Amino acid sequence: MSIVTTITPKCYHCGEDCLTDSIHVHEKDFCCNGCKMVYEILNQNGMCDYYSISNNPGTSQKVKVREDKFSFLDDEKISRSLVQFTDETQTHVTFYLPQIHCSSCLWLLENLHKLEENILSSKVNFEKKEVDIIFHHRSCSLRKVAELLTAIGYEPYISFNDMGKKTPGYNRSKIYKLGVAGFCFSNIMLMSFPEYFGIDVKEQSLLHLFRYGNLLLSLPVFFYSASEFYISAWKSLKHKFLNIDAPIVLAVWVTFARSLYEVFSGTGGGYFDSMSGIVFFMLAGRVLQDKTYRQLSFERDYTSYFPVAVTRLSEEGAQSVSLPDIALNDTLLIHNEELIPADGIITRGKALIDYSFVTGESLPVEKEMGEIVYAGGKQTGANIEILVIKEVAQSYLTKLWNRKDEDRTKDEERSFVHLLSRYFTWILLTIATIAAVYWYMHDVAKMWNAVTAVMIIACPCALLLSNTFTNGNILRRLGRNHLYLRNAQVIEDIAAADCIVFDKTGTLTTGLYQDIVFEGSLLTAGQKKRIAALASQSTHPLSKAISVWAGEKTNLPVHNYREFPGKGIEGLVNGELVSMGSEAFITQQISASNDGSVVYVAIEEKIVGRFKFHNHYREQVPEMLQQLGKRYRLAVLSGDNAGEQPYLRKLLGYETTLLFNQQPADKLEAIRQLQKAGKKVMMVGDGLNDAGALLQADIGIAVSENNNNFTPASDAILSAAQLPQLVHLIQLCKANKKVVMAAFVISVLYNIIGISFAVQGVLSPMIAAILMPCSSISILIITFGMSNYFGFREHLK
Amino acid sequence: MNVIILLLIASVSVAALFLAAFIWSVKNGQFEDDVAPAVRILFDDKPAVKREAEVKIEL
Repeated sequence: MSIVTTITPKCYHCGEDCLTDSIHVHEKDFCCNGCKMVYEILNQNGMCDYYSISNNPGTSQKVKVREDKFSFLDDEKISRSLVQFTDETQTHVTFYLPQIHCSSCLWLLENLHKLEENILSSKVNFEKKEVDIIFHHRSCSLRKVAELLTAIGYEPYISFNDMGKKTPGYNRSKIYKLGVAGFCFSNIMLMSFPEYFGIDVKEQSLLHLFRYGNLLLSLPVFFYSASEFYISAWKSLKHKFLNIDAPIVLAVWVTFARSLYEVFSGTGGGYFDSMSGIVFFMLAGRVLQDKTYRQLSFERDYTSYFPVAVTRLSEEGAQSVSLPDIALNDTLLIHNEELIPADGIITRGKALIDYSFVTGESLPVEKEMGEIVYAGGKQTGANIEILVIKEVAQSYLTKLWNRKDEDRTKDEERSFVHLLSRYFTWILLTIATIAAVYWYMHDVAKMWNAVTAVMIIACPCALLLSNTFTNGNILRRLGRNHLYLRNAQVIEDIAAADCIVFDKTGTLTTGLYQDIVFEGSLLTAGQKKRIAALASQSTHPLSKAISVWAGEKTNLPVHNYREFPGKGIEGLVNGELVSMGSEAFITQQISASNDGSVVYVAIEEKIVGRFKFHNHYREQVPEMLQQLGKRYRLAVLSGDNAGEQPYLRKLLGYETTLLFNQQPADKLEAIRQLQKAGKKVMMVGDGLNDAGALLQADIGIAVSENNNNFTPASDAILSAAQLPQLVHLIQLCKANKKVVMAAFVISVLYNIIGISFAVQGVLSPMIAAILMPCSSISILIITFGMSNYFGFREHLK
Repeated sequence: MNVIILLLIASVSVAALFLAAFIWSVKNGQFEDDVAPAVRILFDDKPAVKREAEVKIEL
């Protein structure tokens, strides 16, 4: 390993290393012209505070946004579905800006009116990464607003998915329910004190007042706040399953019924405090869990990946059309860096299509006029025109996405906690019956007393509480480490997995960089310059990588430059014929070895050597794989060529399955085979090509560079930078079960003590009232303490 | 005895007031975003939110 000692200047705008040292203004370095332009716009308007609030607050502008990209916003139909409200003068619109990440962003976006006077106000919702903008639509248009945001580095993310339907607001009903339960619970507690500590015989009428007061206050809890559990329990009962909420409902109802009886018959004060306490704590757990999940979407389909509109060419000229309006035999104009929305035939231009999104191949494929291109590929290079041969919904990619897995039977309620609570419920009912029979024979008067006391004290709420809170705490901890799970069930699934399958491109490796090795005779400086000069002529990613490798800027003239698509390039550089390309193109023969991506170089028809390209693995990922390999069966499925096979073989040993050139359907089948062999499979993948496999696997984890972008439907989303932490994250998930079990054992102990009093019929309301909160609170402390300890032990944040 | 009833009514109604305030604040969207307001208050020049007329957005 070599240590780079030279300090590369960081971009003033985005903080990335500046690879060129030619771009600066006002003694500030920039990594690219895009960043510089943003700076200049802000500087002109006196808004450089942006840079002083946080350091390097921008996002890289290296990838330029096409100038007329937002022209579709001029389309009445499209803009109408995006706009929230409009009257004669104003329009309200909400844009989703995934780039929002710091206080500088907030400041800049709320000062948009300084940049464009027609913007009346802009308000950021930081958690949702949205900005609400109100503007004068007489003198400004939706397109202009979007373009302004783009110009300052916040390109709105408008997906086809968002159109037509409003983003669902945060589910507030649970919060209201929690508020009401909290209010009632605290007041009931207050009014229960006389019951616990006794009251003077002279003031018996007061006692009645308090009892009826409690009854009144418990009504909203019983009918409103607890309805959350009724709905969930009823839903599961309809599916003939006793879910975790059923025992809660049972406990709530029994407690309420007995309390009503006691109050009306004047025999006691009832247990309204316990009942509202259960509801309050359980609701609090649910609300906390919900909060972690506001941001993420696990159910994206192809529509959120596709552009909102494409350019259709017709006799009247070019116009933007939204995707569903694309018909057969339409001619579409596909710009550079644009996704092809439907299968079609190229009618003009030369396509260089990046299918990495669909298939995982890391190199773009060249297509000539007349060839078929499939939806999902991204055009790189010049514009092309295609003739649509299949509608959007019928295209290969879309079909893949819409594929419903019939044989995927994911039982939603298979957690061990559910199992446990079910046994628990049966045992409880048995004990209650035995107690009833016993007292029926000995002292009938005490029978109902004993039975209901058993029911109340043995309510599995401690278990459920510990489960919800442990899960919530672990989910939050995982979230802090940028692993977001779809729901708590996934924690258990991850802990149960015994086989981990990785995708290669984009998951283990980054798609962006490639490691280059030159093999052959030592290059002279002159040769290197010639190679660089020729390579810089082509836009092919391999040529680009070579010209970066060769480094030096050259101004050697290149004459007679010719490109042979799919083969190579050649040209006269400074009078010498230099050619580069595939083995067949340069050496006129094909060796059988599969070396992955290789480019041969010849100068004056003499082969000087070849460039070998290796994928660039994410940092620490090889170490992580080795660690995981000790405990799990691993497999790597790649849509790419087998160039990396030797390296991975060496790294992972001979037991690991390595499959290359895998089509999306092959990956799915491979997962299915593993499952047939009795494995619990965890699939870690990123692209669309993994979508089927992610769904098929017992746990699908989508790796994403940016949590808000592009992840196929999955059980969990993991930030790419955190991939090396996967081992520790899995360990934390495994700890979950231990914590819940420990808490459960303790709650059972409490219950045994409680029950032993209750079956004897000597349990006073006082002891019950003390036992209940004590057990709940001590269990909360235990779950928080233990799960935090496990997180600390795994060196997680 | 009457004092206790009076106290009871007072305490419950005060609590009810807070409950109402809580419900109002949830409805008002104060729990929608707990990052932005904390940061916003630190900016020197407040973003000029000039609305010509308060318009209710109908969703």
